Amino acid sequence: MSEYRVLPGPEHFLPPAAASMGIQLPNPGEAHINGVIASEEKAYEEAARQFLMAKVPTIFPGPLVLWAWNEKAAKKATAIRHLYNTLKDCVQPGQKAMLIPMPDYRPKYPKINPEVEINPNHPNLTIWHNKIDCCMFVGVHCHQANLSLKIIRGGTSCYTIAMCAQAGHEDAMLSFRDASVEKIMRLADTIKRLKGTVQPRLETAKNGASS
Amino acid sequence: MSKERIQISEDLYDIMPSDYQDLVKSATYGKEDRGWKDIGSSKELIEQHSLCAGCPESMAFRYILASLPNPEDTVMVGSTGCTSLVFPMVAVHNIHSLFGNQNAIASGLKRALSVRFPGRVKDVVVLAGDGATVDIGLDMTLQAWFRQEKFTTICFDNELYANTGGQESGLMQKGFVAKMAPVGKLFDKVRLPEIARESGCHYVVNCTVSKPSLVEKVIRNAVHVAREIGPTYLQLYTPCILEIGKNSMEGLQEMRDSEKPTERFAYKEYVSEPAKQLLAELAAKDKERKAAAKQLASQASA
Repeated sequence: MSEYRVLPGPEHFLPPAAASMGIQLPNPGEAHINGVIASEEKAYEEAARQFLMAKVPTIFPGPLVLWAWNEKAAKKATAIRHLYNTLKDCVQPGQKAMLIPMPDYRPKYPKINPEVEINPNHPNLTIWHNKIDCCMFVGVHCHQANLSLKIIRGGTSCYTIAMCAQAGHEDAMLSFRDASVEKIMRLADTIKRLKGTVQPRLETAKNGASS
Repeated sequence: MSKERIQISEDLYDIMPSDYQDLVKSATYGKEDRGWKDIGSSKELIEQHSLCAGCPESMAFRYILASLPNPEDTVMVGSTGCTSLVFPMVAVHNIHSLFGNQNAIASGLKRALSVRFPGRVKDVVVLAGDGATVDIGLDMTLQAWFRQEKFTTICFDNELYANTGGQESGLMQKGFVAKMAPVGKLFDKVRLPEIARESGCHYVVNCTVSKPSLVEKVIRNAVHVAREIGPTYLQLYTPCILEIGKNSMEGLQEMRDSEKPTERFAYKEYVSEPAKQLLAELAAKDKERKAAAKQLASQASA
């Protein structure tokens, strides 16, 4: 088993792909936390804890859910809105839950507006601008998610979660696989259940995600 | 993806940036008579771009994107140059190719699209600068024409390599002195429109982009001819105001000056016989459709 751990950065300018460091993807029914295979149950708890601890917990929905290209996508969008509303209700004063879209993957130089969107080619701009210290990707095509997750790990101290509809992401600090409406709802339920039991790290994250 | 499926998920609609909301609400995808006159009253398929203030290329982009007959089923192929700064802001599928490789990419793309979507009209439009079309990519440009590939090639001719500081290009006029070409061009401007005609293009136009209605007409003709008959080529003068020492406001006048009858961008058009026939048929159908619509409107108001 690899000694390498996928941890919040900033790792360095060009962090290695976690796969090249020996990190493996979880099997169906499993997840990974920091590159170590874990049960899904444990991952729900950890993801909820990270969200509740963060000063600016943020969900980044991608094109696969932002655009209602089939019925399933529209249902996932509803679940994501529910997750965001739950998160907003569960955070304490001083914390700010955000929902920022990644509408497409065009490298929008130099026009990106980090207040309203995130772009996979320079996701660090949105992380820095909003001082996001924990984020979750959902509905982003795998190759673009990998690119973003690596850039975020390289240049920021943001904790990354991937709610992946395929086999998961090694480059996230925590990754689910086979994402579904049920899994998103279950994460919302876990956040609700852990509400008030987790202390937000408001002091340590005074300046948000560092550059 | 068909335009009917370009809908934002209801539950996440409010967080979508307004440019995407506008594209869904008021862009002219699927509109039969779309054209440059839609500019100002509907969402354009180009968002803010990073070209220089007053750049005629930006005008050309706006007119072309407003005039494409089938934008939701069009793929544009770009190449290295100022145009590649704009494509990220364009709401039409596009591919960036290696410098000069655009017509080779477009050939494969067009063939693949016709295999993948046999019953559906898919247009491919190459849009590249003069360096990519005439110098670095001349081989790919000509070979695509020789093979009668069914797509349109548009060359934004600014008569030099603009975004690298003003080097000499094949389309630069003889004697012109540029910042990075201090001796002056020793040879004549390559006569690509004539070469295009001899290489098998069925519709060739050489003009400026000073008149939006003209740009609309030639774009529509070129795309329709390429769709049905064979390769088409448009050479559009989009002067680089910085490299020829003009101010932001002077681009339009520069084009007007260059399109006078004796100048190098005087309107020139070549249409092959099959293309002439096709365009006449399309014009007749269009006339018929408009007459029917007019009649319907008068009946409704009566």
